[in-house]
Amino acid sequence: MDLTGFAEEVGNHGPVVAVGGRTQWEVGGSVEAAAREVRPPAGIVSHQPEEMIVRVSAGTPVAEVDAAVGERGQAVALPDWPGATVGGVLAVGHSGLRRLGWGPVRDTLLEARYISAEGRMVKAGGPVVKNVTGFDLCRLLVGSLGTIGLIAEVVLRVRPRPLASRWLRGEDDPFALRRRLHRPSSILWNGTTTWLLLEGHPADVDAQAAVAGGAFSEVERPPPLPTAGRQSVRPSEVAGLTGEFVAEVGVGVVHRPHPVEAAAPHPSAVELNRRIKALFDPTGRLNPGRVA
Amino acid sequence: MGMGLVDELRGALTDDRVLTQPLELALYARDASVMEGAAAVVCFPTTTEEIQDCVRIAARHERAVVPRGSGTGLAGGAVPVADLEPVVVVTTKMTRILQVDEDERVAWVEPGVLNLDLSRAVAPLGLHFAPDPSSQQSCSIGGNVATNSGGPHCLLYGVTSAHVLAVEVVLPDGSLALVGGLDPEPAGYDLRGAFVGSEGTMGIAARIAVRLTPVPPAVRTLLADFTTVDAAGATVSAIIGAGIVPAALEMMDAEITRAVEAYVHAGFPTDAAAILLVEVDGLPDGVEAAAAAVTDIALAHGARSVRVAQDEAERALLWKGRKSAFGAIARIAPNYYLHDTVVPRTKLVEVLRQVYEIGARHQLVMMNVFHAGDGNLHPLIVFDRRVPGTMERVMAAGTEIIDACVAAGGVLSGEHGIGLEKRDHMDKVFSADDLDAQARLREAFDPGGRCNPQKVLPAGSRCGDLQQIPAGAWI
Repeated sequence: MDLTGFAEEVGNHGPVVAVGGRTQWEVGGSVEAAAREVRPPAGIVSHQPEEMIVRVSAGTPVAEVDAAVGERGQAVALPDWPGATVGGVLAVGHSGLRRLGWGPVRDTLLEARYISAEGRMVKAGGPVVKNVTGFDLCRLLVGSLGTIGLIAEVVLRVRPRPLASRWLRGEDDPFALRRRLHRPSSILWNGTTTWLLLEGHPADVDAQAAVAGGAFSEVERPPPLPTAGRQSVRPSEVAGLTGEFVAEVGVGVVHRPHPVEAAAPHPSAVELNRRIKALFDPTGRLNPGRVA
Repeated sequence: MGMGLVDELRGALTDDRVLTQPLELALYARDASVMEGAAAVVCFPTTTEEIQDCVRIAARHERAVVPRGSGTGLAGGAVPVADLEPVVVVTTKMTRILQVDEDERVAWVEPGVLNLDLSRAVAPLGLHFAPDPSSQQSCSIGGNVATNSGGPHCLLYGVTSAHVLAVEVVLPDGSLALVGGLDPEPAGYDLRGAFVGSEGTMGIAARIAVRLTPVPPAVRTLLADFTTVDAAGATVSAIIGAGIVPAALEMMDAEITRAVEAYVHAGFPTDAAAILLVEVDGLPDGVEAAAAAVTDIALAHGARSVRVAQDEAERALLWKGRKSAFGAIARIAPNYYLHDTVVPRTKLVEVLRQVYEIGARHQLVMMNVFHAGDGNLHPLIVFDRRVPGTMERVMAAGTEIIDACVAAGGVLSGEHGIGLEKRDHMDKVFSADDLDAQARLREAFDPGGRCNPQKVLPAGSRCGDLQQIPAGAWI
C-alpha cells in the first residue's frame, strides 16, 4: 500500500484509529469502539548515511529501521520497545532510556507526511537536518496520539552508533554521579541502586567508568522497567521519590509498577490544546477517545 | 473611553517608553534584512504585565502587534508592515536572568537577555547556552526563540528548539499561557515546540526556561585549506559519512576568506579556494580520535594543510575570523544581503557552483560562509544599493538561489526564518494543504490574526482566508 492508498483508506468521514504495534495502546485512554482500524504502510523508503537521514513508512518496526541504519554504523534515537512501529512511537512521543544522552523523540523527526481529518495528505517539515521553513508541525505531531493527523511517512535524523556501550551498576548517589560525568547516555535509579550507561569512544568509556568509581561494576543490561505507570517529574524531584520506581536521573521520567493518574496540561494551556484539536479535527474523527 | 492609542499605552507604561516621533520610529522600521516598513508607535515594556497591557491596548484599538527583540533578524520578521500601522513591542528592556538552577541545568530568563550574556553569566558553573548564532553578542534569547535560531555549534547540539523547555507566552489576546514545562513529558500537545520558531505570529515570549549545556572537557579546532571548493565539499560529506559529528563544520570560500583575513588577521590562507573550520568536542580520547580522523579525511581529499589550534587563544582567533565575516565585508561594499537555505550535504558543491553562476549572470559579488556540516548555505551578496538597478539584480539573484536550492531537494531557510523575505516562496516547498495546516496552528494561537500579521504564511493559506495583502506593501 502506498501513501495515496492509505489516504483513501483513512477517508474523510467516520471515526478511525491508527494501529501500530499496540505496544503503548493504553496511553491517552481507550479509543471508541466504533472507530475503524487503519494501518499505515510499512517499509524503509531510503537511507542516506552521509545525510544522516532515513525515510520510512510509519508502519515500519523501529527495530527494522535500527538494524538497517546499523549496517552503516548509525542508530535512530527512538525507543525500541519490542514490536513498536515508527509511527506509533512518534505518536506516543515517549522517549527511551537514552534520553539523557540522546535527547527526546521529538528532536528526531525532520519531516512527516500525515493524513488529515479531511483525508488529505499533508507534509510538515523537510528532508534536511536543519529547517525553519514555516511552523513546526512535526513537533506538534510527536506525542499527539494520532488526534490531529495520522502519520504515514517520516524522515528521521540518524546518529552515529557509539563504538562502545557499557551498562554499570552500583550503590552510589546518582545525582553526584551525574555531576561527575560528561554526558552519560543514561542514569537509572530505584532509590537504592544506580545503573549507568556509558557510550562513545572505548577509551572515553573506560575513563568515565573510572570516574564513576569502584562502587560500580559492569552488568549485561539495565534493570527490567516497571511498565504499569509512567510519570513525568522535574529532574530535581527524582531525589524525593518514594515507593517502587525506576527513575531516569537528569531526565525526570519515572517508571512505576502501578498505574499513575494521567497528568493534565497546565491550566493556562488547556484552551490552546482544545483549539488545536478543534481546528485540525473539527468532527473529532481521529483516534476518538484518546487525549494527548 | 475615547482615549487615544498612545495615551493608553503611556498610561500603562511611562511616557519615555512609548515612542511616537518620526525620527525615533525610523529606528524600528527595519531589522537586519533589506526590507523596510513603518511603525505607528514603539513600546518598551519591562514586565510581563506591561507586555500584556501593550497587547490588550493594541487589540482594543484594532492594531496589529509586531514583537521585536534586538532587531538582528535577517528575514524581515520584525519589520512592521506599514499599511497596518502596527504597535511594535520591543523586549530589549527585559534583560534579567531570573533564575539559574545549576543542578537541573535550567535558567529562566526574560526575552531581552542577550544570547552571549547568558553564556557568560553561567560560565563560572561550567555551563553555556548552546545555540550560538553569529549575532550572539547582540541577539536576544526572545528573538532566538521566535526564529528557532541556529549557529555553528548547532550541528552537534541542535538548534534553539532543543534548548527551550518552557515559555510563558503573552497570547495575542493579552492572556498568559505556559507552554512546555520543566518535566520531560508535559501533558497535552507540544505547544512549546509549536511556539518556538513561530516568528512572533503566535504571541510574545515573556519568560523563557532554557536548557544549559555543560562546557565540554576537551575541544580541538582545525583549519583545513583546499585549492578547490569541490575538495572541501567532498571532505564535508566524507567526515559525516565516516560517522563523525563535529561540534561545528564551517566552510568559507576564497572571497570571504580573503576579506576576513584582511580584517582579522587570523592566519587564514588567502590563496585557498575554500577553507573548512572544524571543531570536535567531548571527552579527551574521543576528541583526539575524531581530530585525527578529520585530519586524515581532509588530507585524503586534497587539503593542502590542516592546522590544529594549539591553544585557546589560537582557537578564539580562528572563531573570531569566522564570526567577523559580516564586519569584514562592510569594508568591501556598503550593503549585503545574506541568504539562508539548506540543501542535502551531498549537493553542496553542485549548488555552490550554481550560486557562483547566478552571481556572475547578475554581475554581483557572491561570497559564501556557511554551516557546511548541516548543509546550511549562506550565499552573501555584497553590493551598493545606491547604484541604480542594483537592488533589482540582488533580488532577482536571490530568487534564483532559492529556486536552485529547492530544485536540489532543499528548503527555504535553515535558521533565519521566513518572515516577509520568503513568505511568497513558501508554495515552492509546501502544497495548499500543507500551508492550510500551518495556518490552522497559527489560528489556534491567534484567532484574530493580530500578532505579526502577513509574516511567514502567504495570503490565502487558510482555506476561506479573505485577508488581502496589497502588492508590494512592505518594500
